[in-house]
Order: sequence, then structure tokens, then C-alpha cells
Amino acid sequence: MIANIGFGLLVITLVTSLIAVITAVYGVTSKTRAMLETSRLAALSTFPLLSMSVAALLALLLSGKFEYVYVYQTTSLSMPVYLKIAALWGGQQGSLLFWCWLLSGFTFIVLIRKWKQDHDLLPWVIVVTNITLFFFMVLVLFFENPFLKYYILYNGEVITSLFQPFHAITAHPTDGSGLNPLLRHFGMVVHPPMLYLGFVGFIIPFAYAIAALIEGRTDDRWLKATRRWSLMAWLFLSLGLILGSRWAYDVLGWGGYWSWDPVEISAFMPWLTGTAYLHSMVMQDKRGLFKHWNVALIILTFCLVIFGTFLTRSGLFSSVHAFSESQIGPAFFIFIAVMFVASLGLLLYRWSSLSSNYQIKSFFSRESAFLYNNLLFLAIFAICLLGVIFPILSELFTGQQVTVGPQFYESAAGPLFALLLLLMGIVPLTAWSTSSARNLGKTVWKPALLSLVFPILAVVLSAKNWIAVIAIWLAALVICVTLYDYIRSIRLRAANHHEPLWKAFLTLTTRNRRRYGGYIIHLGVALMGMGIIGIEFFQTQTQAMLKQGESLDLSGYTITYRDLQITDTPDGRNVAKAEISISRDNQELKVVYPRIDYYYDSEQAVTIPGLRTTLADDLYIILVDWEPVTSEGATIKVFRNPLMNWFWIGSIVAVIGTLLALWPSTIRKSIAKEEA
Amino acid sequence: MKIKNKTLLLVAVAILFSCFATPVRAQEITPTVSDDEVNRVAQQLYCPVCENTPLDVCPTKACAQWRELIREKIALGWSDQQIKRYFAEQYGGQVLAVPPLQGLNWIVYVLPPLVVIGGIYLAITIVKRSRKSVIPEETDLVPSPPPASETVMEQIEKDLQKEERS
Amino acid sequence: MNHPVENQPSSTPEKRRFPWAVAIVTSVFTIGLLVVLGLWMKQSKVTSLEIGVNVPDFSVTTFDGETYTKSALEGKLILINFWSSWCSSCDEEGFALEEVWQEVKSSGDIVFLGVNYVDTEKDSIAFIEKYGLTYPNGPDLGSKISRIFKVQAVPETYIIGRDGTLAAIKIGAFESANEIRTLLQEAGQE
Repeated sequence: MIANIGFGLLVITLVTSLIAVITAVYGVTSKTRAMLETSRLAALSTFPLLSMSVAALLALLLSGKFEYVYVYQTTSLSMPVYLKIAALWGGQQGSLLFWCWLLSGFTFIVLIRKWKQDHDLLPWVIVVTNITLFFFMVLVLFFENPFLKYYILYNGEVITSLFQPFHAITAHPTDGSGLNPLLRHFGMVVHPPMLYLGFVGFIIPFAYAIAALIEGRTDDRWLKATRRWSLMAWLFLSLGLILGSRWAYDVLGWGGYWSWDPVEISAFMPWLTGTAYLHSMVMQDKRGLFKHWNVALIILTFCLVIFGTFLTRSGLFSSVHAFSESQIGPAFFIFIAVMFVASLGLLLYRWSSLSSNYQIKSFFSRESAFLYNNLLFLAIFAICLLGVIFPILSELFTGQQVTVGPQFYESAAGPLFALLLLLMGIVPLTAWSTSSARNLGKTVWKPALLSLVFPILAVVLSAKNWIAVIAIWLAALVICVTLYDYIRSIRLRAANHHEPLWKAFLTLTTRNRRRYGGYIIHLGVALMGMGIIGIEFFQTQTQAMLKQGESLDLSGYTITYRDLQITDTPDGRNVAKAEISISRDNQELKVVYPRIDYYYDSEQAVTIPGLRTTLADDLYIILVDWEPVTSEGATIKVFRNPLMNWFWIGSIVAVIGTLLALWPSTIRKSIAKEEA
Repeated sequence: MKIKNKTLLLVAVAILFSCFATPVRAQEITPTVSDDEVNRVAQQLYCPVCENTPLDVCPTKACAQWRELIREKIALGWSDQQIKRYFAEQYGGQVLAVPPLQGLNWIVYVLPPLVVIGGIYLAITIVKRSRKSVIPEETDLVPSPPPASETVMEQIEKDLQKEERS
Repeated sequence: MNHPVENQPSSTPEKRRFPWAVAIVTSVFTIGLLVVLGLWMKQSKVTSLEIGVNVPDFSVTTFDGETYTKSALEGKLILINFWSSWCSSCDEEGFALEEVWQEVKSSGDIVFLGVNYVDTEKDSIAFIEKYGLTYPNGPDLGSKISRIFKVQAVPETYIIGRDGTLAAIKIGAFESANEIRTLLQEAGQE
């Protein structure tokens, strides 16, 4: 019953979104208000319709109705409630429905808030968002339907179907197969919705950009109206990537957080173009520059978002082959191709009307720095794209299969990231319009000198890799310059307004949320950079089979295998937990408990590391099952990841900065009426 | 004299035995290959069957066999390069972490520097063209208007510039 | 990107300057990308060699050092079995294959070839000895032969007819020796 309602609502939503598109186009071209109003209502109603459908699916998941294929595949009786809720986005069908629900929700919010101000743009926004919604709804209804049931035919065969076939009865499995044990981690529960919020969030600025192109608008309205949407989408996309990394670090047992596999890259590419877009937006806002760039970047981001949605779906597809081998791959391909070609065509058509009245006057000005920024992000994106496409090219033209591994990305994109760090370090001190190298040098030399402390310290601590030392200097440069400028402005304000420093800090920060939010984000990114440099250049590892009581040494630490406990847990796992002691200079620092969980139902083993985290380094210890783990002997693998914790700390700082930048500004609202 | 001779004899015998001892030791003991050495090579290879999984972390039985193969080859004295080449010959180029230098694969090595050069060229061209561009009389047109009132930020910027000039 | 604006009070119609450079570069790139991806997707859809297609020539060198080439075996019925020592299903059919081989080998008309898929020599030889396989078995160097037959997993068996075209496919392990006999008979009758 519930499922039938859920399914019926999907059909109604499909029709409604189509009506929204058609009436919007007709309404704009014939200037009929009634049509426009119909399209608005139709677009609005997709949200409550889909909400009810999602609620129906949730009801099925929570009540354990295992005759439904999706419920069977993603839940089981022994799962806690929060995981059953998370099962909504845990499988292909549910996650696509969830995606549609998000899109309808975001469209709803935009329509409610902005119908009056943007009544000329919004009909086209409806067209773009609802064409996308229509496409995804077609996928959900006809290819990946979450309301399929198991039926047993008269001949004993079990099939899946929406409607009861003749002479068939409903199958009633007594339990579900549950979620893949690798996915039962907090990070994995929250990571997909974060990514989807990010992905879908970028559709709104894209829709606005297309609307502006169609309407022939050359001003900034579309950009200003969606500034917060873009920032919010970027925040969620970044969070999704960071949570995914944390999951990989905690659960995969590879000692690292990022492995440059195609699924990760497909979520990273829209982040690259999205970050470029966020920065480039500032130029259009302040100087009317880069109008073409901004449209091009948001178009790219949209297409990459759709591609990423497909590929990142379950985290279990680790290859681009998933794209071609699945049923819906070709449909996605055609959709992305059509949208890209149409958007690009529009941009080319309106190209000359988007020119700016301003000019870049110097190679060392803030404007040119933003240009370099765009180019760098695009170059990194191009390299990622090459790495993903090349195996396809090779297979197609030579029949040879090749792997493009982390080495390629690190060597090709590494220097570009370093240049980005350099820009982050220098740009806060560049001036608008004119700046010569000498002017820049004058302002930069003080914090630059201070930043040299870090690489010198690294060399003193016997860092030999000169590339790493330069990278450390660059990250330190960002930190020093940003803090220097921040503190200098605070002190200046305090002096001019006779305020105590803390008050100056608060006023300055809250009155210029965008600027100082940006500073804090950059600080966070630089800290993350430190963490990345630490683990990428200075990681050490060792592995050995230890008998109980034996130890091994790594980088000054002594790791002793003390004890092993093997138990069966009530939720169907066999847990082999080891007690490992970490000490240095004969002083015990910590006892950790790495373990291997073997899940009986899915016959899969999950390695959970024992972790000792300090600001200086992480000791990451796992049990390895090259030989069976017994109390006589176990193979232990130890990683030492210097500075790793700064990656996570930096990410929190960056999130705080983003929240600050997002915070609605009440003062600005009264000053500039056109504020979003 | 007799004692001296005996001692000499003993010493001679001892020396004789020690000469034999060393070669025997070399034949008896083969250095065991540590897990670290296996990992060092396995890290540079990918599982031939599972996609995108490095050989040192791959959990399957097949990968365990391949790691044992690596261990054997290291014990035989093979270098990392030799082992990698062997794997590529046996199983195909996809086990290597970077495409081997043959056939079309030069694209992967040549394109990234080309992208960088292209980027630099674009940067220079765009800035140059923008500097040369003719801007119409400012009287008719106003560039994107600055915020309606002087913000705190602009004040600070002005103050900073004043300080710099001083 | 800034293009010089020639003369512009916004009331007069703009001179349409079409960005030819950008348009050409992006179009070429886009079309190229779409064509490549489209071709690749079409190619990936073909997950196995089709029956009736002429099988390209290949050769296998056994662990004993003998080489068998497909073209040299023309006119005979060739059964190719892809297996690995680490594949549990391959254990199920090992004995059955040897059993049928014993029956057909005297005819001189049928050839069994075991192709070892992505495996280590030591473990493969152990597998061969375990099932007492007497028909030729050799490693698939560089996975070239697997690529010809588009092998997705193991075990898979292909029968090449006397005319050199693909006559039969079996994905997965044979459930009995009879199944092998039947498949051989069907293929032999073509």
C-alpha cells in the first residue's frame, strides 16, 4: 500500500516536472502570466510530492519490509535505526531518489524566496532544474526503481517487479542482506548526503547562469543571487570529500586518506572547477571581469556534477568501467553531452555581450592573480581528466589496458598545487589595478621572512627532500601572510577607533565576513597542506610477523604485540582484537587495539586500525592477514604519518571560515538592496 | 719445542677450520626476505584482477600468491625493476602504476607539461591583450559600481596604503 | 577573458564579434571527447566474443615448453578452458575436464587447451598436478589470449569449431563431465 503510494507519487512528479518545463517555456515566450504561474506551482509541487515518496520509502526501510528489493539489499534486522535511515541513500535506487528530492527542495526554496525579484530569470531556472529533474525521474522510474518487490513465479523462479505478475506470490525473505560492512562507518553514513548536497547545490547557479544567457542579461544579477548557493554547495562538496577521506583513513587500512582512483577523482573534479568559480566570482563582483570564465566554469561544474553523481554512487565501483557497463550509463552520457553542447552553444552565442569595461593593468595585480588562479585550477582539472580518460583511450585505440596511478597525478599536479599555495600566500597583499613586482615585494618580505622559520626547522629536524621543504615553506607563507594581514588590519582598526584589540577583531571580522571568512578558509587549507606534505613526503612504514611479547621499531617508536582476543559478537561478526603497546625511549605512550572484523553474512573482513594521534604525527597500526592472526603470532603493519592531524584540524578551520563567509549580513542588506 | 709445535699445529688447524667455516655459512643461510621488502615492490604494482587496488593492500587469495611470488624473486636477487617487468610481461601493462613507455603512452607523459606551457601562454596573452584594450571614455560608462558606501574594508585599505607610503 | 569593447554606449546595437578561436578549440575538443567516449561505451557493451565469429590467431606455450598455435590446429575442434589456481569454482570442473579429455584424445580430432589466467607458475603447476591434467596447459602471457576472448572472470570455456570460428561458450564451471560432452558434440556438428 505504502509502496504503491510512493510509486504513484513518482509518476505524478514525473508528469508535473514535464508540465513545469513546458508551461515555463510557453509562458516566457508568449508572456502569459497564467502559464508562468502554472509552471511555478508545478515546480513547487515536485517537492512535497517527492517528500511524501521519500517518506514512503523510509517507512518501508524502517519497518523491515524485506519483500521490497531495496529494503532487502540495504538493511537487515540487526541494523540500528540510524543505519536504516541512512539506507535511504545507501543503494543506487534510493540515492537517486534522494538526489531528486534534494533538487526539488532546492528549486522550491529558490522559487519561494526569489519569485518576485527574479521573475524574468526564474522561468528559465525552472526549465533547467526541471529538465534535470525529469531526466533523473525517468532513471528512477524506469531503470532504478526503489519500489520493486520480489515475486515467486509459479515455476519457482524469483523475479523482481513493480506489479504482481499472474500466478505469482510475493516472496517474504525473513531478513535482509544488510549494508556492506565497509560502509558501516559514521563517515560513510554522512558522506553521500554531503556530496549530493554539494552536487545538487551547484545546479542552482548553473540554472541561473543559463537563464541569464537565454535572456541576454549581461549584468551580475545571476551571480549575486546565487552567491550563497555556490558557497553552500562548495561547503558540502568539500565536507563530502573530507569525510570520504576520513572514512578511507579509518576503515580501509591502507594507511592513507586518498588514492587517486577514478571515483574519488570524479568527485574532485567538480570541486576544482567549483573552487575556481568561487574565486572568479569575486572578480566579476568587484570589477566586472571574467564574465565568460564564470559562465564557462559553472557549466563545467554542472556537467562534472552529473558525471560525479553517477560514478560516486556506491563507493564500491572503483572504475570508470562502471559507467559503460551499467544500464543507465549511456543515458547519463547522452544527457551530459546534450546539456554541455547546448550550454556551450549559448555561451558562444552571447559571447560578445559579456565583455567587460575594465581591464587587467599589470601582471602583478590582484586581477591577474585571479586569472592565474583560474588557469591553475583548470590545468589541474585537465590533468585529472587526462588521467581518467587515458585508460579509455588506450583500451580503445591499442587494446592495451593501462593504469594511471597516484604517481602521475602527484608529479603532474603537485607543482600546480604548489603554485596555488604561492598565490594564496601573495594575493592578500596585492593591490587592486596596479602593482609592480617591487611594490609586492615591499609588502610581502616581512611575513615571507617569518615563514622561512618553518622550512629551516624542517631541515634542522633532518628533512632531506628539498621538494618537501619548499612545499613546507609555501604552506607556511600562506599562514604567515594571512595572519600578518589579519593582525595588521586589526591593530590598525584598534588604533584608529580606539578600540581594544579583541573588539577590533570582532568588528572587523563580522563586518567583512566574506574577506575574513576567506582568510580563515585559506588558513585552514594551508594547515591541511601541512598535513598532506607530512604524510606524502615523510611517511614511514614497516611490517613484520610478531610473536606475543615481541616488538618492532619504527622511527624511534617501539611497538609491542601484547595480546590477542578472538570473540564472536552478537551482531554476526568474528572480531580478532590485538593489544598493542606503543612506547618511546622505554616509556609507554599508549595502548591501542587494532582489530579485524570478519562479517559472517557477507564473508567480508574489515581492518580497523589502532591509532595514536598527536600534533606531531599519527601512529597507524593494523593487523595484516597475510598469515592467519593467532595468539602465537600476528603480522603487524605500522605507519608513521607525520603532521597528519593538521589535515583534519585544517579542514575544521576551513569549514568555520566558510560558515563565516556564508553568514547573512544584516548590515549589507540595508545598504545594498540587491544583496541575495 | 714440542709444546711450541703443538701450539703451532693447533693454530694451523684452527685457521684451516676457519677457512672452511665461511663458505659453508654462505651456503647454509639464505637471508629471509622481510615483509617490508615485499611491500616495497608490491606498492609499485597493481592487482592484475581487481581494479585500482595496489598489490600491497589487496586482500584476495590471488594477491597473496602474487606477493609470495615477489618474495621468491627478491630472494633470488631480482631488482625492483626486473620484478616489475616480469609482472608486466606475465599479466599485461595494467599492473604497472604508470603506463609503460611504449605505443600511445607517451601522451600521458607529454600532455601535462604541454598543459602548463599552454596555461602560461594563455596567462601572458590575456593580460597583454587586456592591457592593450581600448577603454571608452569613462564619462559615458561607469564600471561595475563599488558598494554603495565606503565599507570598513575600504577604510582599512586606505589606511594600509597610507602606512605603506610613509 | 577580456575582449576589447570597441564603442559602447549600451543603447546602440553591439557589433557581433563571434569568438572564433574559442569556438573552434572547444568544439574540436568536445566533439573529440564525445566521439571517443561514445565509441568506448559501444565497445564495452560487447562483453564476449560472438558465436560464429572467426577467432583471431593466438598461441599458448605450455609449462612444459611446447607451443600450440591456433592456425596450426585448423580443422580440429579446440576446447579452450580459462582457469586459475586461486579461483574456487575452477576446482569444481578440474576432474571433469580431465575425464572427458581421456575419452576424446585418441581421436586426434579434438584438442583441449588449458589457458592459465593471471596466475603464478608455482600454484598453477600444483593445480595441474592436483587434477592430473594431461592436456596442454600454459600461462596467458600478458593476458593477450584472455583479451581476444574478452574473458571477464574464471572459469570460462570456449570451443572453436573446425572452421576456425567460435562455436560454443560456457561461462562458469561445468557441472558435470556430461555437460562437457554435450557441448563438444553440439560444437562438432556445426
